[in-house]
Amino acid sequence: MELYMSLAIGIIFAVGIYQILSKSLLRIILGTSLLTHGVHLLLLTMSRLKTGAAPLLGEEASSYVDPVPQALILTSIVISFGVTSFFFVLAYKAYQRLGTDNMEELRGKYDE
Amino acid sequence: MNNVIVLPLLIPLVTAVILIFCSKYVRAQRWISAFSVIANLLVALFIVNQVDHQGIQTLHMGGWLPPYGIVFVADMLAALLVLTTLIVATGCLFYAFRSIGEEREKHYFYPFFQFLLAGVLGSFLTGDLFNLFVCFEVMLISSYALIVLGGTKRQLRETLKYMLINIISSTLFVAAVAYLYGTVGTLNMAHLSLRVAEIQQSGIISVIGLLFLIVFALKAGLFLFFWLPGSYSAPPAAVTALFGALLTKVGLYAIIRTFTLIFYHDTGGIHAVIGWMAAATMILGSLGAVAYKDLGRILNYNIIISVGFIAFGVAVANVDSLNGAVFYLMHDMISKALLFILGGIIIATAGANKLSEMGGLMKRHPLVGWMFFIVALALVGIPPLSGFLGKVFIVRGGLSEGHYWLTGLALASSLAVLYSLIKVFMGAFWGESPAHTESQTVIIPRTAYVAAIGLTVMVFVLGIGSEWVYSYTSQAGAVLSDPSLYIQAVLKE
Repeated sequence: MELYMSLAIGIIFAVGIYQILSKSLLRIILGTSLLTHGVHLLLLTMSRLKTGAAPLLGEEASSYVDPVPQALILTSIVISFGVTSFFFVLAYKAYQRLGTDNMEELRGKYDE
Repeated sequence: MNNVIVLPLLIPLVTAVILIFCSKYVRAQRWISAFSVIANLLVALFIVNQVDHQGIQTLHMGGWLPPYGIVFVADMLAALLVLTTLIVATGCLFYAFRSIGEEREKHYFYPFFQFLLAGVLGSFLTGDLFNLFVCFEVMLISSYALIVLGGTKRQLRETLKYMLINIISSTLFVAAVAYLYGTVGTLNMAHLSLRVAEIQQSGIISVIGLLFLIVFALKAGLFLFFWLPGSYSAPPAAVTALFGALLTKVGLYAIIRTFTLIFYHDTGGIHAVIGWMAAATMILGSLGAVAYKDLGRILNYNIIISVGFIAFGVAVANVDSLNGAVFYLMHDMISKALLFILGGIIIATAGANKLSEMGGLMKRHPLVGWMFFIVALALVGIPPLSGFLGKVFIVRGGLSEGHYWLTGLALASSLAVLYSLIKVFMGAFWGESPAHTESQTVIIPRTAYVAAIGLTVMVFVLGIGSEWVYSYTSQAGAVLSDPSLYIQAVLKE
């Protein structure tokens, strides 16, 4: 199972990086959001996939799943949600003001 | 257990929430923010005093003992940096009062300022690696808002790039945390240090260490600083002063903390990489500072040079150089804030950013000229001023470890700092004012003078009272060079 997860994470990373390297702003934002998803899966996989019952004392199982990575992922999801939505608003505003979403044209001149 | 050390984080958070509700009342916002920052400054003084007398202070959040819960740790390094941050923040806040503009003040400048402070102070105080990531994000999200506030074309364009860089480095941060957690199964920094020491610094730990180095180097502008000159020239001077003095230094703090506490076994490998990056940073920063002819760029490249210099102290990693790095870090935060505030005043009074369009300011504003001259000398490291002792220690540490090339390079970078700042001084203050500025007289607001004079006094205090300051920074250096002190303080109970 870990192998398939690793492959999936690798593919998500590859697609995310490919999107970030493109010129269109919208694709770049989608790329960053894919990258963060990949990282969350990585976090989940690094702490071993399901090894026991839910970490509640009432379960009375012989082994429990480690709850820490899930807490970390939840925190990270919230942060990336906020950042991505801000990024979208910023991109929209920039598109309105600057009239382009092509990163080549957003290079900026040295003197202004 | 000491509840006081969460106050530096809590005060700005509560203040920011209050400020959001009175966004229409600019005067009230100014008073509340000034009061909050100064109250926080007093708390920081109290914490420094407490750490001085009672050793490292810890706080277990929610009563969960480490390594299970999140722990806040105030050792001398964290306490001193919290204090310096608040001194810098007070200066920048006073400068912002009259320079930032009413539109920005009404659109939540002060709440963002406080959130940024919360993130910065949280990063210094936390003893948990993932919590460090969260505090970084609090700081970064407020910095995105501060950098774009005002919405000029240039700001929008530069913010897009700044955000993209930081999102990618944050993603790498989480990935590095994931690898580290998968390898050693803990996130508490003291516990991490123990576990990494147990399994020795094997190959995988070195790889994870390098990944952390890339993440923090991106934030600190250590070698990976390509984003910095563009992004930092977009927002108004008060915001740039805050960024230049605080944000890169948080990255440096993270490098110092992780590579003295957790990944300190393999000094031949990772620390050599830090040394090379520091060398490249100093060379490239010096080239930039010498080459450009507009004020904003020259000051931005000066940030980069000093980042390289402090990283050199970390790379050497003996007691002397770590002492020096802590001292120099404090000096650099204060004098960079002062430098950028003075730069902002110069640009506002001269009405231009290029040195060729300035001149003759010495006649009109002699006090600003003298302060600029003093801070330039302090940054170069002329003895009675604050930069001297830090440089002496870092250089001494470098020579005793046999890093002759790097030490020579570090000293040569001081010359580039001297050349670039004296170029600004001569261009802006000497000579005749250009014809188009003769008629206009710009009055420098009193709060800007208060901020600049206050920070200049601090430059003198750090320099003349260096013996006294050293008695504190040496405690920070002692903890950095002996991780077991930190570990015992956190895990003792």
